[in-house]
Amino acid sequence: MENIFKNIEQPISLPIKRVVQENANVKTFYFATSLKSKPGQFVIMWLPRIDEKPFSIAFDEAGELGLSVAKVGHFTEKLFALKDGDLVGIRGPYGTHFSLKNDFKKILLVGGGYGVAPLATLAEEAMKKNIDIDFCNGARSKNFLLFQERLKKLKANVYTTTDDGTAGEVGTVVDTASKLMAENKYDSVYTCGPELMEKKIVGLSHDHHTACQVSIERYMKCGFGICGQCTIDSSGQRMCLEGPIVPGDFALAQEEFGRFHRGASGKKISF
Amino acid sequence: MNLATKISSLSLSNPTMLASGILGVTRGSLKYAMENGAAACVIKSISLEERTGHHAPNMITFEGGMLNAVGYSNPGVKEAKKEFINLKELPGPVIASIVGKDAEEFAAMAEELLPGEFSAVEMVLSCPHTPGYGTMAGQSSPDITEKITQAVRAKTDLPLFVKLSPDSPGIGQVAKAAEAGGADAITAGNTMGPGMILDVITGQPILDFKMGGVSGAALRPIMVRCIYDIYKSVSIPIIGCGGVINGRDAVEMMMVGASAVQVGTAIHYRGIEVFNKITKEIEDILEQRGDSSIKDIIGFTHKLEE
Repeated sequence: MENIFKNIEQPISLPIKRVVQENANVKTFYFATSLKSKPGQFVIMWLPRIDEKPFSIAFDEAGELGLSVAKVGHFTEKLFALKDGDLVGIRGPYGTHFSLKNDFKKILLVGGGYGVAPLATLAEEAMKKNIDIDFCNGARSKNFLLFQERLKKLKANVYTTTDDGTAGEVGTVVDTASKLMAENKYDSVYTCGPELMEKKIVGLSHDHHTACQVSIERYMKCGFGICGQCTIDSSGQRMCLEGPIVPGDFALAQEEFGRFHRGASGKKISF
Repeated sequence: MNLATKISSLSLSNPTMLASGILGVTRGSLKYAMENGAAACVIKSISLEERTGHHAPNMITFEGGMLNAVGYSNPGVKEAKKEFINLKELPGPVIASIVGKDAEEFAAMAEELLPGEFSAVEMVLSCPHTPGYGTMAGQSSPDITEKITQAVRAKTDLPLFVKLSPDSPGIGQVAKAAEAGGADAITAGNTMGPGMILDVITGQPILDFKMGGVSGAALRPIMVRCIYDIYKSVSIPIIGCGGVINGRDAVEMMMVGASAVQVGTAIHYRGIEVFNKITKEIEDILEQRGDSSIKDIIGFTHKLEE
C-alpha cells in the first residue's frame, strides 16, 4: 500500500530574495530554496486573497529558485508590485519534464516569447552532457526577447528572430526552425511557446521523422491531477500530471491541440 | 467472483464510480477514468448559467485528506450539452450532476440537460462552500430535500440519486424525505464541514474562499456511520462516497449498506488506476471471506443485528 501521507499539497510562504528585470515585460523572482526540479516542470505561486497561478521554472540551481514571470493580468500585476523580503506562497514542482538521452549529439530548441524559460534550463542540462544545441529564440520585438545573454554564455548556437526585425532576422522561430531541420539531423526537438507556433514545430518534427517534446499549457487549478480542469481532448489526460511536457506525436493526436483550450468555467475557447 | 452491482435500474460491472467534482469537466476525462476501471462516472456538477467558481487556491491536501472550495465552476447547461455528447459510446454509464438555487431551477436543469445522453442523474443538495447552493442555502433540510426531489422527479424518468451532506443532523430523516420525494437512490455523500487550513507564516487561510469541504480519510468514519443510519431509514439503494482509498474502505461502506462506492480524493494518492486497484482489493477481501458475489456483503453488518 502506498504511503498516503507522502504529499501534502499546500503552499509554503517564502520571502523574495531578489528581483531581476529580464526584458520589457518579464521579471525573475528569486527565492532561497531548491526544488530539485527538472526542465519543463512548473510551480504554483500563491498571493493570499488574490489568486494562485502556475509558472514554469526558469532557474533551480545552487540553492536558488528563479521564476520568470510576464506581466499579463491581475495576478502578475500584484506580483510585480512586490519587492525583496515580501512573501509568496509556492508549491510544486509539478508535471512531466523535458528529457535528454545520454547518446544525444545534437538537439534543436524552439522557444517563442516567455516559452524560452523552461528551454533555457534544458539547454543548461544539455550543455553539461556536451550535446550541441541549436536554439531558436523568437519574440515580437527586441525588448521582449528573453535570456539572450544566458543562452550566449552556454555556447548554444542562438538563432534570433523578431516579428519587427529589431533584433536578429525578421520573422518567426518557425522560419528558422524549418530551415535548420532541413539542413541538420537532430536527435530531438524541444518546443515551448504560443500553441499555434508549437503545433507548426511539432508538425515539422513529425515530417522530418524527428522525435519531439512539447509543453502544453492548460488552465489549471489544483496542479495535482484532481480538479480535471486541464484535461485535454482526445485522451482526457491531465496536463498538470501527464503533461505539460508530452511527446509531439501525442500532441498531434489530441483533437484540441492548436485548436482550442478551456477557461476557468470549462468552456471551450478557440485559439 | 461476481463483482457486478446494481443501483436502481443502473447496472455496474464493478462497484467503483468516479465521484462528481473530481475530473469530470470533460467527456475525455470520463473516458480516461473508465479506461482505468471506473464502472460509471458522475460528471462535475452543472448549473443553469456559466460559473467560473472561486479563485484559487481551491484545492489543497492535508494529512487526513483534501480541502476544496471550487465553487461550482462549470460552463453552464448550454455548453455542457455540447461537451457531453455521444456518451453511450463510452464503456460505462455516465451520470449527470445538477445543482440549482431552488426547486424551480433544479427542475429547469433536469428538463434541459438530461434528455438523450445521460444514464442517470445525481442532484446535489449538500455543497458546503458555495453561497446560494447546497447547505449554504439550507437545501439539506428534510422539507426542502423532499420538495426539490419532487420537482426533479416530475421532469425525468432516469434513475434519480440525491446527494446528501454528512453534516445533516438526523441524516436518516433527510434520506427518508428524498425517498418520499421520489428518489431512486441516496448518494452519501458530499464533503463535510466546511473546514479551514491556514498558512501559519502569513496567518492567512490558504483557500481563497477561506473555508472548504473536507474529503478523504478524515471523512470516511463519519460517512460510514451516515450510511449505517440511512440503510436503517430507507429501502432504496445507497451509493457510498467519502474517503474510499482502497478495497477495505469500499467493503466497509458496502457492509453498512452501500451498493456501490464513488471515488475521488484517492486518485491523488494512488493515480488514475485507483479504480482497478480498489476492484482487485475488493475481490481479494471477498475471496478471503469466502463470498462469491458482491451482493453477499451489501448490508452485511445489519444482518448480524437481526
